[in-house]
Amino acid sequence: MTNSELPRWATAIALPLLNLLSALLVAALVIYLLGESPIESLGILVNSAVLNPEGLGYTLFYAATFIFTGLSVSIAMQAGLFNIGSEGQMYVGGLGLTLVLLLLDSSLPGWLLIPLAIVGSAIFGAAWAYLPGYLQAKRGSHIVVTTIMFNFIAASLMNFLIVTYLIPTGQQNPASRVFAEASWLPTLNKIFPILGETPLNISFILALIALAIYGIAVWRSAWGYQLRATGLNQHAAHYAGISISKTIIVAMLISGALAGLASVNSLMGSTHYLNLNFPAGAGFIGIAIALMGRQHPVGILLSSILFGALIQGGFDLSLEKPNIPTETFIFIQGLIILFCGAMENLYAPALARLLKRN
Amino acid sequence: MMFDDFHFASILVSTIRNAPVLIFAAMAGLFAERSGVVDLALEGKMLASAFVSAAVAFTTQNPWLGILAGVGVSVAIALLQGFVSITQKGNQLVAGIAINIAMSGLTFVLAQFFFSQGGRTPDLGQARLFDIVLPGTAALESIPFVGWFYGKLIGGHSALVYLAFALIPVVHWVIYHSRFGLRLRAVGENPHAADAAGINVERTRFLAMLCAGVLCSFSGAYLSIVQSGFFLRDMSAGNGYLALTALVFGNWRPLYTAMGCLMFGFFAALQVQIEGIVFPVIGKVPGSLIQMIPYVVTVIVLAGLMAKSVAPKAIGVPFVKSR
Repeated sequence: MTNSELPRWATAIALPLLNLLSALLVAALVIYLLGESPIESLGILVNSAVLNPEGLGYTLFYAATFIFTGLSVSIAMQAGLFNIGSEGQMYVGGLGLTLVLLLLDSSLPGWLLIPLAIVGSAIFGAAWAYLPGYLQAKRGSHIVVTTIMFNFIAASLMNFLIVTYLIPTGQQNPASRVFAEASWLPTLNKIFPILGETPLNISFILALIALAIYGIAVWRSAWGYQLRATGLNQHAAHYAGISISKTIIVAMLISGALAGLASVNSLMGSTHYLNLNFPAGAGFIGIAIALMGRQHPVGILLSSILFGALIQGGFDLSLEKPNIPTETFIFIQGLIILFCGAMENLYAPALARLLKRN
Repeated sequence: MMFDDFHFASILVSTIRNAPVLIFAAMAGLFAERSGVVDLALEGKMLASAFVSAAVAFTTQNPWLGILAGVGVSVAIALLQGFVSITQKGNQLVAGIAINIAMSGLTFVLAQFFFSQGGRTPDLGQARLFDIVLPGTAALESIPFVGWFYGKLIGGHSALVYLAFALIPVVHWVIYHSRFGLRLRAVGENPHAADAAGINVERTRFLAMLCAGVLCSFSGAYLSIVQSGFFLRDMSAGNGYLALTALVFGNWRPLYTAMGCLMFGFFAALQVQIEGIVFPVIGKVPGSLIQMIPYVVTVIVLAGLMAKSVAPKAIGVPFVKSR
């Protein structure tokens, strides 16, 4: 394909930017048709999501969740697996964290409680990803279909568990009790008071560490080599002596654990209780982030911040412009996934021609 | 409530009423996937068609015009999906998910923009598709069983229900006994061989997407202008994915797929009926657990524990003509 003829900067930066611009152009057209000015809307969006320090805090808060779901989808993609199940894995990960906190938050101090809860979220997330991984590796059941099924099963199961067991007696709201304050993650505005009242917390720093570990593990370790070899060509990897089924299962376990960790930011950093449908599509946004960021740590960071900004800016924009509800940004997310994920080579032939001429 | 409240007859009737949503969508997916294009965008096409059908039916007070408009928008999306998956050779899974997410947002925004009712359309009232009462229903009503069977189970549904069930043998015939079906299967199993035999792979796949668009639109129209009588945000509620599951369940064969749809329709009806009923011995069964059954069954089928499901060989792989 023409894609391989292009220089690295073109495929890594120019094409994603052109695709992103196309998606935003379609979005601008829709905003125009809704009777609002796209330029004024963009101004409000940028101002409330990036320029205003409190808004920036919210943008980074959302980004922390997206980094984890983006990493979850990316690590599976490295092994050639399309994990659509991050949503369900994050949901069940939230259950793991909640169970640890409900059992122990009255007896343990924060420095012990918080790591235990984080481990709980990772273990439950990994466990939820294990079966789809196992079925793909050993029985050849397609991971896309099984993970979709597991999202639905997780939704029904969590609904059942929350409504039947976790609601405190006498409460109507489908949510667990509030966790003890010892488990609340320290917010970053204690260190940077300029951020104002934002829920941005230390899980953002955890997310940055996870990005670094991901980069090193995938490109600088023997295991990462096996992982990428499996993703690029299973047959070749098999003949090179790599155990395909083991690599697939381990990749899915890590993918699930990362998705589970995504629940830490929202539950321990913000709401402080488990509620119905708390992932709210973050797992699916992870797919967009992995695709747009080309499974690269820097790309994942940048696209997580972009999606965080779209959500934060979208909230403020919908308050000022009733014609542009926050759902507009669900539409824009879809467009970005379509342009950056599925039509990644849309401009490759044109760009190749342009470069050849010069 | 007690066990006596459990009405098997009404479960059967609601199974018939639940199934068309899945049958239309699954048959749409069958055309696309048999041609080698993964149709993860069923959900998005259903939603778009459900909204446009309801909006146009309400505005014109004519359900048939609503259905027609739904067909138009669903076909347009299917062709966009075809452009991305076939012409651009993009990732079909990603394209499908992107369309679903985009439509979930866009339908709400447009519904809110045009009708300002929190993202739903006004009640269709008279513009809802009416149920057909078979001739002689009144005469047979008093006879036990026969009256119910003729008037409620077979009769008393809207035209789309009959269309859905009539479609099953038609799709079977098209897929297995028509020239187009033969080409469709060839293109989905081995596009290079089909190409060598002189079949235009891209055109066949686009035709398949066209069929998928038309069929899927009925599914959305059924949701809004038959079942509920209005459009509601995200009203497809995973039915598009469930239809794909029925395909896996039915091994991409029309008759078995339709049986899968009926099974899912049955479980949905069972879930509604069973909620709150106290059974002897086991007690109350929560609806959310019943809801889980079809998905668990599908995972078991996928694992090859009940039967092995074999997808069309070229599914999900863009066709690049060899030179």
